[in-house]
Amino acid sequence: MFANLDLQKLLFGRLTLEAIPYHEPILLVTFIGVAIGGVAVLGLITYMRWWGPLWRDWFTSVDHKKIGIMYVVLALVMLLRGFSDALLMRSQQAIAFGANEGYLPPHHYDQIFTAHGVIMIFFVAMPLVTGLMNFVVPLQIGARDVAFPFLNNFSFWMTVSGAVTIMASLFVGEFARTGWLAYPPLSGPAGSPGVGVDYYIWGLQIAGIGTLLSGINLIATIVKMRAPGMTMMKMPIFTWTSLCTNILIVAAFPILTAVLALLSLDRYVGTHFFSNDLGGNPMMYVNLIWIWGHPEVYILILPAFGVFSEIVSTFSGKRLFGYASMVYATVVITILSYLVWLHHFFTMGSGASVNSFFGITTMIISIPTGAKLFNWLFTMYKGRIRFDVPMLWAIGFMVTFTIGGMTGVLLAVPPADFVLHNSLFLIAHFHNVIIGGVLFGMLAGITYWFPKAFGYQLDPFWGKMSFWFWLVGFYFAFMPLYVLGLMGVTRRVQHFDDPSLQIWFIIAAFGAVLIALGILAFIIQLVVSFMRREELRDVTGDPWGGRTLEWSTSSPPPDYNFAFTPVIHDHDAWSDMKRRGYARPLKDFRPIHMPKNTGTGMILGILSIGFSFGMIWYIWWLAALTFIAMAVVTIGHTFNYNRDFHIPADTVVGTEAARTRLLERRV
Amino acid sequence: MASHSLTLAKDGEAPSFYMEEDHHPEGGTMLGFWIYLMSDCLIFAALFATYAVLGRNYAAGPSPKDLFDLPLVALNTSMLLFSSITYGFAMLEMANGKQARMQLWLGVTGLFGLAFIGLELYEFAHLIHEGAGPQRSAFLSSFFTLVGTHGLHVTLGLVWLIVLMVQTEKKGLIPENQRRLQCLSMFWHFLDVIWIGVFTFVYLMGVLQ
Repeated sequence: MFANLDLQKLLFGRLTLEAIPYHEPILLVTFIGVAIGGVAVLGLITYMRWWGPLWRDWFTSVDHKKIGIMYVVLALVMLLRGFSDALLMRSQQAIAFGANEGYLPPHHYDQIFTAHGVIMIFFVAMPLVTGLMNFVVPLQIGARDVAFPFLNNFSFWMTVSGAVTIMASLFVGEFARTGWLAYPPLSGPAGSPGVGVDYYIWGLQIAGIGTLLSGINLIATIVKMRAPGMTMMKMPIFTWTSLCTNILIVAAFPILTAVLALLSLDRYVGTHFFSNDLGGNPMMYVNLIWIWGHPEVYILILPAFGVFSEIVSTFSGKRLFGYASMVYATVVITILSYLVWLHHFFTMGSGASVNSFFGITTMIISIPTGAKLFNWLFTMYKGRIRFDVPMLWAIGFMVTFTIGGMTGVLLAVPPADFVLHNSLFLIAHFHNVIIGGVLFGMLAGITYWFPKAFGYQLDPFWGKMSFWFWLVGFYFAFMPLYVLGLMGVTRRVQHFDDPSLQIWFIIAAFGAVLIALGILAFIIQLVVSFMRREELRDVTGDPWGGRTLEWSTSSPPPDYNFAFTPVIHDHDAWSDMKRRGYARPLKDFRPIHMPKNTGTGMILGILSIGFSFGMIWYIWWLAALTFIAMAVVTIGHTFNYNRDFHIPADTVVGTEAARTRLLERRV
Repeated sequence: MASHSLTLAKDGEAPSFYMEEDHHPEGGTMLGFWIYLMSDCLIFAALFATYAVLGRNYAAGPSPKDLFDLPLVALNTSMLLFSSITYGFAMLEMANGKQARMQLWLGVTGLFGLAFIGLELYEFAHLIHEGAGPQRSAFLSSFFTLVGTHGLHVTLGLVWLIVLMVQTEKKGLIPENQRRLQCLSMFWHFLDVIWIGVFTFVYLMGVLQ
């Protein structure tokens, strides 16, 4: 048995030198760029002696605010990767006509569109949403942290591990060439024998664990840790949408875990779930993955709706119009999101009755969504509207998202879908709602809560530049795709023959360049704001005239958020407090009970990268070793009972006195 | 919660906007663990759905009638059900503060669990030996995955059980340990409920058709 055991196979599995793409100039240049950049960053951190503070104050932190910020940083870094993929695709499609083959061969192009979708959804949109919820929700409900602070840190590191795993595929081996949902049989062992789909599976499984746990965490936080007096119908709308989003996460992500596990069994063990032979059924996969996938889009959009509700009411200087109807609309969308998954594949051939059921439920979703839009409009009506940057994003969203919603209703009509299925019309539609909804929402949210997180506002000029480039760029990039889709152009095509189509792709590529300028302006905004931070300083803790509890504490908030737990009498609690003459408590501070930092989350995250790498490359010893190590670390962690401490009253007195001085200096 | 009032003050008059004593909401762990169990339940729901769709795709291979040995499965089921009862006894002893007797019942629970896993492994080995492994047909793929996932959960529960027994031995029945034992209790009974579903839908209905 051991006679033909190959030592190299044993040590490296199927990993060989061939897996390093040194013969692909694009990847080589990227790698050199990333390597130089990475070494520069690491060198800077070492030179500035930042490792200690980074480890103590950030990586091991269980503070929900810091974890939230780290999620957003991760998302912005991954946005650069995902957007580079978009630029590559747009430029390839703009030039690859007739004799010109473009510069991306099909096997590379296919990896790029897969990576673009996976990264944008799982490692940009999701961390943005989770990050904002993490940062804002405990502050909005008057809590000092989330229900399970260690779990929160662990969830974050699992998300990072997933992202690292996906990124590793760029330089070691290849990524999936299957599209972002990896339909079998193409993603099965016969269709994709390489490591690409395995990178996809393990990256998502690991990140999915993080997402699921953070969903459980935030539900328990919202249900159990609200400040006294904050009944469900007095919660801020962002907290409501977060609650619904996390319920969706808990109710949807297990399905993704299960279906990816089944796909892995097909690939690793040779089972027949989704194969074409021996009784397998590929459509089973498509159904299951969309039972996760459709709720997923609402997981992303609901918090964006929450952000806009907060922004529209703050910048209109009015209580939100139709609070109760906003809550009910959110809940109805939450429920309906489970009844529409089949509209992603009307062409499966399930017959007229099934298709009409799912077509109708899909159209019904536009009713609560429409109610929300009217609520925002009526909030603005006769309001004293201030056109600060967050409000610009909100208005841009309302127009753009409405267009995207209407094309969505068109696609919900099964006969129309038979024509438009898999076309660029669909691509235009979902970018219209994801960019115009989720992304605008998250950028609005970042601009809105940035002063709360860092103590200074973002520079408005560069914020406006970013907004206008994004908005105009979006229309240039995606309106042509609607046209092309109506003409019958399908998605995921690397080369075209019909030269009359080219002009539309060139316009779309121009739009992508404008969006690139929007991203650049956003980065410049971060840098400029940091340079001008003394001028932009927010000493009040309430720079926008906010209405909810997070604006009642200092910017940035102290570790413990609130020296005393707030008591709520009305929704828009902070607005109520300001109106009725709330006086900030200045004495009788007590020691505050807080959780301790721990490095366990990061250690587990690193080990899980090793585990997935071992599984992907069939390096079984590595997978087994890291798996055992993870089990040992996890069990070892449960033997540590000493998990919290008290912030001494003196420290609280000092922190609060500093804030008092700051507030007085301003007056 | 005594010193502050939740009643609304009249407009214009400033009510208390903060509470001076510590605010310590309790029960988060139980709720969180319960939500986790529900999410785990959804994994099983997906596997049950897969079995429902693919469970008749025999691919000209063996069907449940040819394979399942009901007396063996009945014995196996009783092992798991007994283990749930003995876990219940352990929790009763915990409530009475009787640590040694609780440990004894936990040990008995572990043995029943081990017997369950042993019988399941025997069944699996037997099926594979007969050429009815998970690669034979979609029916067998979904059967092995559903039952095997449950078995993996029980195995995990056993590891957890041992860890908690050690921790109770070291630290005694402190509140943290009691909370952990209650979580494991929920987990253990949850697996029982899932198994009843497996026994009914996979084994009983498989042999009856």
